[in-house]
Amino acid sequence: MKMEIEEYLKKDYITNLINANKRTDGRAFDEYRNLEVIKGYVNDKAEGSALVKLGETQVLVGVKMDVGEPYPDRPNEGIMATNSELRPGASPNFELGPPRAESIELSRVVDRGIRESGAIKTDELFIEEDKVWVVFIDIHILDHLGNLIDAAGIAAISALLDARMPKYEDGEVIRGEWGGKLPVGRVPIPCTVAKIGNSIISDPSVDEEYAADARLTIATTDKLNAMQKGGSGTFTKDEIMNAVDLAFKNGDNIRKIVE
Amino acid sequence: MDEKTRLVDENGIRLDGRKPDELREIEMKVGVLKQADGSAYVKWGKNIALASVYGPRECHPQWQRDSRKAVLRCTYNMAPFSVDDRKRPGPDRRSYEISKVTTEALESVVLVENYPNTAIDVFIEILQADAGTRCVGLTAASIALADAGIPMKDIVAACASGKADGEIILDLFKDEDNKGEADLPIAIVPRTGEIALMQLDGDLTREEFEKAFDMAVAGGLKVNEIQKETLLKEYKKE
Repeated sequence: MKMEIEEYLKKDYITNLINANKRTDGRAFDEYRNLEVIKGYVNDKAEGSALVKLGETQVLVGVKMDVGEPYPDRPNEGIMATNSELRPGASPNFELGPPRAESIELSRVVDRGIRESGAIKTDELFIEEDKVWVVFIDIHILDHLGNLIDAAGIAAISALLDARMPKYEDGEVIRGEWGGKLPVGRVPIPCTVAKIGNSIISDPSVDEEYAADARLTIATTDKLNAMQKGGSGTFTKDEIMNAVDLAFKNGDNIRKIVE
Repeated sequence: MDEKTRLVDENGIRLDGRKPDELREIEMKVGVLKQADGSAYVKWGKNIALASVYGPRECHPQWQRDSRKAVLRCTYNMAPFSVDDRKRPGPDRRSYEISKVTTEALESVVLVENYPNTAIDVFIEILQADAGTRCVGLTAASIALADAGIPMKDIVAACASGKADGEIILDLFKDEDNKGEADLPIAIVPRTGEIALMQLDGDLTREEFEKAFDMAVAGGLKVNEIQKETLLKEYKKE
């Protein structure tokens, strides 16, 4: 990504601070910002929703469901699709237009954690031959103050836990009426670390993201379900195993808030 | 392949006859294309990838220019005929993501600071795909950059490991990738052993992850040996 002068100065300042064992907001290196999860934030139309505030970062996820055709190789299973929009109002660096690599990566990493952990019990979303439920997870970034992947991943699983099954009668989806809950099993939580200098910090703020050489996202349940390294820096094995341990530890704490 | 076919048998032998930590056969060549400043061909099992490098050259569009360094741009593309069911031509979400992580992996070694205001373009074409194409493409891109004479701190090498039938295995081919329980592509900077690319999807315990990680790094080092042999064969003066 191209950097402006101000960002270079910030990078210097934050790197020096981290090298002195400090963060701009006084957090410990493995500490998350305050997390607030509001389920059912938009609950008149959407099947499920959740607003997540991670520090000042705000992400809203809505879940919509529809009836569609299954994949030919999995005729008895429902389908999920994840999409994200970095709304231009959320950051001066976001622009209107088709999704860019950053937003595609964001939704694919969130998708991978949910898909690979089997969070949605897709085998319970079969309706009849050639008809299954399709679960759309739409990520709306409202205010970008860093660590969008974690905020979006937490909001996505929270919205799924909030989601209800639309009523379905005589081959028609009845909008505005709902039956039971969407069947959700495991609860994957993504935890991201950034590497600044030789330090590993959890839940980077937006300024810390400018200063970071690389980041690593790890989505866990009781196991590791998804990972994504980003940025042009590199990680040692020790740093990676440290990030794995942090992901299990922070993931457990976050899961308690989500569930 | 029917449902009951085991991917790894009781003797630890896989469907294609490999041992758990064995790579598929790999063949590499550099300087295979005339127009490009650097190029490479990699055949890795049934995967075939071509990489071509242009640059450092003038950077268009202008707004992408950076007065401090060259802009590195990798484009990963799969040919429509490279897979069983024809792939719709052109970029999709998967290829955008792979292009992004490949670019970032190569940025960790390319001395982009040497060429401010320019662009270095890397085009990866997957001509035949049988799982692990991002690793094959990145491995090819790496030696194509060397072939183009672009200064780098090291030659990045990539390799995937994963899990199938409960066993941790190296370098999954298509059937293993489809039916397996995890896939962990990794790219290494061989001299330091650091990780330039890593993705995971699947279901692994911490212990399984560590084993798979070590296996992929060891695989990457073997791939790097073939990269070096290939470059030496082309460029070593008698």
